[in-house]
Amino acid sequence: MTGLRCCASAGCLARGSGALMGVLETAISRGELGDQIQLRPVGCLGPCSQGPLLALDPDGDLYAGVDPQDAETLVAALARRLHQSSDQATPLEWAPARGERLDLRAPFFQRQRRIVLEHCGLIDPTDLEQAIAVGAYGQLERVLQSWSPEQVVTELQRSGLRGRGGAGYPTGLKWATVARMPGARKVVVCNADEGDPGAFMDRAVLEGDPHRVLEGMAIAAYAVGADHGFIYIRAEYELAIERLRLAIEQAVDRGRLGAALFGTGFGFTLELRVGAGAYVCGEETALIASIEGKRGTPRPRPPYPAELGVGGRPTLINNVETFANVAPILREGADWFAAIGTAGSSGTKVFSLTGHVRRGGLVEVPMGTSLATVVLEMGEGSPHGSAVKAVQTGGPSGGCVPADRLDTRLDYESLQSLGTIMGSGGMVVLDQNTDMVALAAYFMAFCREESCGKCVPCRAGTVQLHGLLEKILAGQASQADLDQLETLGAMVMDTSLCGLGQSAPKPMLSTLRYFRGDYLARLGAP
Amino acid sequence: MATASAPFAALEPLLRRHHGRADALIEVLHGAQQCYGHLSDPLLRHVAARLQLPLSRVKGTASFYHLFRFQPPARHRCVVCTGTACQIQGAPALVAAMEEGLGLKLGARRGDGWASLSEVRCLGTCSDAPLVQIDDSIGRQQTVAGLRRWLQELEP
Repeated sequence: MTGLRCCASAGCLARGSGALMGVLETAISRGELGDQIQLRPVGCLGPCSQGPLLALDPDGDLYAGVDPQDAETLVAALARRLHQSSDQATPLEWAPARGERLDLRAPFFQRQRRIVLEHCGLIDPTDLEQAIAVGAYGQLERVLQSWSPEQVVTELQRSGLRGRGGAGYPTGLKWATVARMPGARKVVVCNADEGDPGAFMDRAVLEGDPHRVLEGMAIAAYAVGADHGFIYIRAEYELAIERLRLAIEQAVDRGRLGAALFGTGFGFTLELRVGAGAYVCGEETALIASIEGKRGTPRPRPPYPAELGVGGRPTLINNVETFANVAPILREGADWFAAIGTAGSSGTKVFSLTGHVRRGGLVEVPMGTSLATVVLEMGEGSPHGSAVKAVQTGGPSGGCVPADRLDTRLDYESLQSLGTIMGSGGMVVLDQNTDMVALAAYFMAFCREESCGKCVPCRAGTVQLHGLLEKILAGQASQADLDQLETLGAMVMDTSLCGLGQSAPKPMLSTLRYFRGDYLARLGAP
Repeated sequence: MATASAPFAALEPLLRRHHGRADALIEVLHGAQQCYGHLSDPLLRHVAARLQLPLSRVKGTASFYHLFRFQPPARHRCVVCTGTACQIQGAPALVAAMEEGLGLKLGARRGDGWASLSEVRCLGTCSDAPLVQIDDSIGRQQTVAGLRRWLQELEP
């Protein structure tokens, strides 16, 4: 059977893949080829910068830049091939008018190892049957029927999985902590408030394979003894919200969520909570307040959510990608997972590669892959003959890695030692023309706007720091201002209540560390 | 209990679904804004009464979040994405072109409700940076010249 998989993720949809699917469908039905060509919408196919993307089965070819006007010629070529031979080994003689067939031997594809995204781009995310056909909810069924909750926690601990939301806290340890808490009514929360600008990994997972995340949450609920869960998602992700709502509905209808799952006594219900535009709600205590219908302001920890979370109940909070790793870990075993990546950071990480890069999009690579591999090989460096100056990771909470340190391996500790963080996986490439002071001011303005105002260092500190950066940009600052910037930055980091304030100075301090020249060149006043 | 002829009757199904629970406040505010375009004072009072919350708590929560509006949306909603990828690829120039073309500062809305200008911190489709959005259309890899033409074509 010939199959056409058309990317229906937000990036390709914005480039017209919806219209493409419409005309393909018409052309297929007009040629009465409906029973020979199966067309389906799928999640992210990878190189978003070359969308709309279309994959052809069984060939496995991937076409880029496919326009609606290519539909006629494509269906005609497919019809010709179907007439000519019974085996479909003959390569298809067709190319999109303005696009191309991508070379899948390119590093962008070859260097990937897709675990989280293994079914993203293969299945129709709106069709539960397709998800089940590739194994969705299979691991949930298996653990419910033959594993104890303790065994699940132990397996997760042995896998070495660490939180993919940014901080890298050991997932198994977090599960064990919540599991130990007394009380029968615990809560599992999925943090889908992907707020870092330039990051779209979680969006792609939710749009492309939502059941994977629901299954991970249900398994987590079984392991820690929870009966209810929330997915907290940012309102800007309309398509992901729509797909999640549908996925939850379907899973409930098919007995994959709800009471007495798979004939056991275990039940798990799930609610979607849509954010309303507040970056700070990615912080776990602020997120809990927001789920409770309150202003999203953080509170001091301890008590940690494991002890005191949603509605005062013990609560497990993990990020989308963390939950998406659970099913494959249980399917293939902890040893398999631990062998991927590095000793301290096992498994893979999904990155959204954007900015001044030739080939951007969504990539999943083993932990420990170097930045150079991702940016220079897979992303093919900066366009128009310009050179890469730095790579920004971790968004407003992260920093910049300069071009001469691109040999750095992507794992939690290596990035931290450079003054940045893994973060959730946003990776913005900056070329030689990027003004690092302006970039620092940009991130500081972001944190100033997003500060919730509860603690003074963050509320007042970000305003002062932004003012100093603007002064430098205007060429009116002195060396004393620069010194003040550093002192104040350190103070805000040390004394803020939550992660937002504690990391707000990081983009600035990291650019100061590697690009001090950019700052010094701007000093005007004596 | 509100009846069909009561004010804000369209909100009743949502309120019933959440059993008037206070923790559904944000969900209810989303629904209210969707039904009525913006969160007017009477609407906020109604929500407070139905969820049995102090008005201060409802207003305090609503005003905390960027996406809640307290006045009707402008006829033309002009938005510039200022996510990192857009920012380094021309968003500042697009903001300037918008400000000039609309005669509005970023974050402002014209008094007669003709247009508003705001920013969004990342639409998540960064491969098409820089992005702008005017009403329901998205401008991808938007140039300043193209944006100027687009603004001139906006209905007065």
